[in-house]
Amino acid sequence: MPDNSNSSTRHHTLGQRLFLFLGSMDLAVTLFVALAIASIIGTVLQQNQPYTDYLIKFGPFWFDVFESAGLYDVYSALWFLAILTLLVISTSVCVIRNTPSMLKDMRNLRTHVQSKSLRAMHHQKQWSVDTDEQKSADNLEAALSNLGFRVKQTPKEGEVLVSAMRGGMNRLGYIFTHLAIVVICVGGLIDGNLPLKFAEWQGKIKIETRDLPTSEIPEISRLPVGNHAFRGSVSIPEGRSSSVVFLAMRDGYLLQNLPFTVEVKEFRVAYYTTGQPKLFETDLVIHDDELQAPFEATIAVNHPLFYKGYAIYQASFSDGGSFLTLEAWPLDKEAGKEPVIFETKVFENRKMLWGEQSLRLEVTSFRLFNINPDPTDEDPDRLRNFGPSFSYKLRKNTGEALEYQNYMLPVERNGREYYLSGVRASPAEDFGYLYLPVDIDGGLTHFSHFLQRLQNENIVNEIAHAMMLGTLAEINNQDKELEQSLQETLTLLVATFVKGGFTSINTFIETTLPEAERKRLGPAYLGMLREMLSRIYVGGSLYQYEVGDPEKNTEIQQEELLFFQDAVDAIASLARYGSPVYLYMSDYEHVEASGLQITYAPGKAIVYIGCAFLIMGIFLLFYLPQRRFWAIVKANGSGTEVLLAGMSNRNPREFDLFFKQTAEHLEAVTGNSKAK
Amino acid sequence: MYSSVGVINDERSAALVQWSWRGLMVLAAVVLLALYSFDVYEVIIIILTAISLALMGQNWPAFRHHIVTVTVFSLFAIWTYGQDLSLGESNFFLNYVLASQSAFMWMSVLFFMATVTYFAGLLMRSTFTEKVASALTWSAATMGMVGLMVRWRESHLMGPDIGYIPVSNLYEVFILFAVMTAIIYLFYERRYQIRSLGGFVLLVISAAVVFQLWYSISKGAHQIQPLVPALQSYWMKIHVPANFVGYGTFAMAAMIGVAYLLKSWQQNTNPQGLLATVLPDFAVMDDLMYKTIALGFAFFTLATILGALWAAEAWGGYWSWDPKETWALIVWLNYAAWLHMRMTKGWNGNPMAWWAIIGLFVTLFAFLGVNMFLSGLHSYGGL
Repeated sequence: MPDNSNSSTRHHTLGQRLFLFLGSMDLAVTLFVALAIASIIGTVLQQNQPYTDYLIKFGPFWFDVFESAGLYDVYSALWFLAILTLLVISTSVCVIRNTPSMLKDMRNLRTHVQSKSLRAMHHQKQWSVDTDEQKSADNLEAALSNLGFRVKQTPKEGEVLVSAMRGGMNRLGYIFTHLAIVVICVGGLIDGNLPLKFAEWQGKIKIETRDLPTSEIPEISRLPVGNHAFRGSVSIPEGRSSSVVFLAMRDGYLLQNLPFTVEVKEFRVAYYTTGQPKLFETDLVIHDDELQAPFEATIAVNHPLFYKGYAIYQASFSDGGSFLTLEAWPLDKEAGKEPVIFETKVFENRKMLWGEQSLRLEVTSFRLFNINPDPTDEDPDRLRNFGPSFSYKLRKNTGEALEYQNYMLPVERNGREYYLSGVRASPAEDFGYLYLPVDIDGGLTHFSHFLQRLQNENIVNEIAHAMMLGTLAEINNQDKELEQSLQETLTLLVATFVKGGFTSINTFIETTLPEAERKRLGPAYLGMLREMLSRIYVGGSLYQYEVGDPEKNTEIQQEELLFFQDAVDAIASLARYGSPVYLYMSDYEHVEASGLQITYAPGKAIVYIGCAFLIMGIFLLFYLPQRRFWAIVKANGSGTEVLLAGMSNRNPREFDLFFKQTAEHLEAVTGNSKAK
Repeated sequence: MYSSVGVINDERSAALVQWSWRGLMVLAAVVLLALYSFDVYEVIIIILTAISLALMGQNWPAFRHHIVTVTVFSLFAIWTYGQDLSLGESNFFLNYVLASQSAFMWMSVLFFMATVTYFAGLLMRSTFTEKVASALTWSAATMGMVGLMVRWRESHLMGPDIGYIPVSNLYEVFILFAVMTAIIYLFYERRYQIRSLGGFVLLVISAAVVFQLWYSISKGAHQIQPLVPALQSYWMKIHVPANFVGYGTFAMAAMIGVAYLLKSWQQNTNPQGLLATVLPDFAVMDDLMYKTIALGFAFFTLATILGALWAAEAWGGYWSWDPKETWALIVWLNYAAWLHMRMTKGWNGNPMAWWAIIGLFVTLFAFLGVNMFLSGLHSYGGL
């Protein structure tokens, strides 16, 4: 863009002045900087996140301010597009203004130069030869032609001017680069979502913000098959198909119809031996009425399918409604005695009646692998596969919900195995874990049996009675009231523990005992509870002891003792667990969904052409200098005087050398040098 | 004495040498293509590589030596390894010289030595010392390149499905950056006869080496990890190196900018001072800054476009306004503005030198800052 700011603008009309302003370097560089700064905003503030995240982050006031400035989607904000448009206009004006003179300059050999101006040039040389004028000029022309110059002789009064030029294409470099910017921006605008914004502004389409099944999405949020660009995504479970994609728009989405149907046959993930994913791929079937038969294709990351100008990418994967077989082990007295087996699938939402409690079970996800840091390993980076897990929510009628994550396989901790179930009230929290001890038979039967004995009033009463009698017999007590109160205390301790764990026991001690006695009687209460728990457990122990093998029996006893401890700890934390059942996943059938991104970009070819021009242009501009030579050949007595001058529009330093070498060469070929 | 500093050195090799070199490159490509099977993209990449090496080496003896040495060392290392990766720790040559980690260590040490030697040569005004520094820089670049080649083989020895070109994570590209910048500098050093700028350029390389050592020691970044699916593409082989020609030249331009400003400062305070007399003329440095930025800009444009082509294949669109892409655009706009000011407004001198230095910080953010502070699709090599 040659700078024309020196030329006077006083005499120009308003239109001409506007034209000059739009094509000025200052405006262009200002726009560069403005575009750069605007772009930074979009990298610092994460774009297109859920609007609730922004609301939490900025608070209601700034959320609104930023929203109206379009900062959540800067790159399609009107003001951003305005900068781009202005840049396109400014560049176009430059191209329009300069192209004619550039094209002329590309061909023009400048045959009007005078010897005076040649003498004023930085690069010049003079010599004399004994060949005649015409012969010298012809020799120069031939030599310059051989060097790749375009040459022309112009006879003048008493002299001949030889004009030569090489690298005129350098000027094309200017035109190519600047035109390329315009072309790329135009292609980019075609592929942007400006038409959709316009249609929305006209009220022709409306962004849907509710989470609706596809069939219920209203017509105004659906886009027909057309020529507009889009970038949408859809998650299709294995064995299912879709002929729509969802376009994320600000805080909602639009539904885009496709002229074909995509069926997902199978989705696969392959892993390296180190556990990192190596390959994501999907077997697709494309159904199209225009096709003789559906065709199959496999896509993978970096290997999309192109069909009818649409590109189908492997973008993500998720669960496609895996089938789960669950066992509901009762934790609550009301929830029954035996585990209830039922089947469900991921994303299913059903009402469960456990005892008197009616809860909604919402299965949210299933994971085949849980590759997490191993807490028992010293190296925090070492990963271990914890096996399949599933997550679900239990929602009360009031709408409150707790989220659970249960692992299928027992997890080892300190050499013992547990079924692990995480619980939390909100996604912002970490999971708190319930460790249900695995019994000697590898299941939950022993634990459940013990828990039910604790919940059984008759058993507890009976054992409390026996324990009371035994304790009082030691002190020879005859007081009936003491008997009554001790038995009541014992049963109450067990009931309190079952209901609220050790926390409730502490509260119980604090509320029932006067402060003075707390220190003395507190530990006694805990001792009584422990004894009760132990008696209740032992009375119903399911462990099998071999007669006549004391060593083995000691071993089993050790194991049983540890199991009892674990069971008590688990029961103590049941209050916080907040679920009437423990859901054990006994079987599953994994169904995956492949996350596809489907795009249509009619401007792509335009952008690519622009890119090709940009590359060509830049290399022409930088590496093909436009070099001009002039020689004035003038008869002088018997010989001829040659005045050579040259200039280059790039790389002056290299031209110094080039001129020196070329001048020497030309001097040698013009004719025999005339000794001076 | 007539000073040759800044004068274009247009020495050409003898025709026989030129043709032998071109022939050798053709032969190498043909042998490779005949011995192994490649997909069409790899064939194109091999042919383009042979052409560029032929062009770069035909008039540049030192480069020819570099390529031959790298080839011999790398082949020797590959041959020594055989199929047994554990030899890297037991074999003398591998363990102390040629295994990628050892080669990188040598590279680091040699770069540090070269930096010190260049400055020593500058202080002592000793051409001989500066020549030693050039030789050290060549050795460092050679060891770095050997390390990259050997690492490539090592990744394949780790497992047949693991092997990948070692320009795939932040650790590897830092080495690429150091080697590329060194070779680009050495090109201009020969062409413009400007050894006094060596220390400045080597400073930025040394900084990269320090970072790479820290990254390796504190984060274990040198460990070879298999590629995530998104990076398994032939595009990587051209997109990344093209980008690093850009980063390398921008870094070099900025360091020339530093030298320019120092000389300019000393000229005002003490015109007979060391920097004012030893550093090349302002015009030479100004021209070099322009040359390097122009070269960098051309390759950076190419790299960004190649990146867009790759993105169109991997991410569902040629442009996603991902932070890395956006910062690439910002870098591009910055240098586009620089070039416009220089080419059409004729700006030069201190402001352009300052601007070249600022440009390095913008580039640095695009290169490192984005990975450190922003999240996005280019999320490999986090810190």
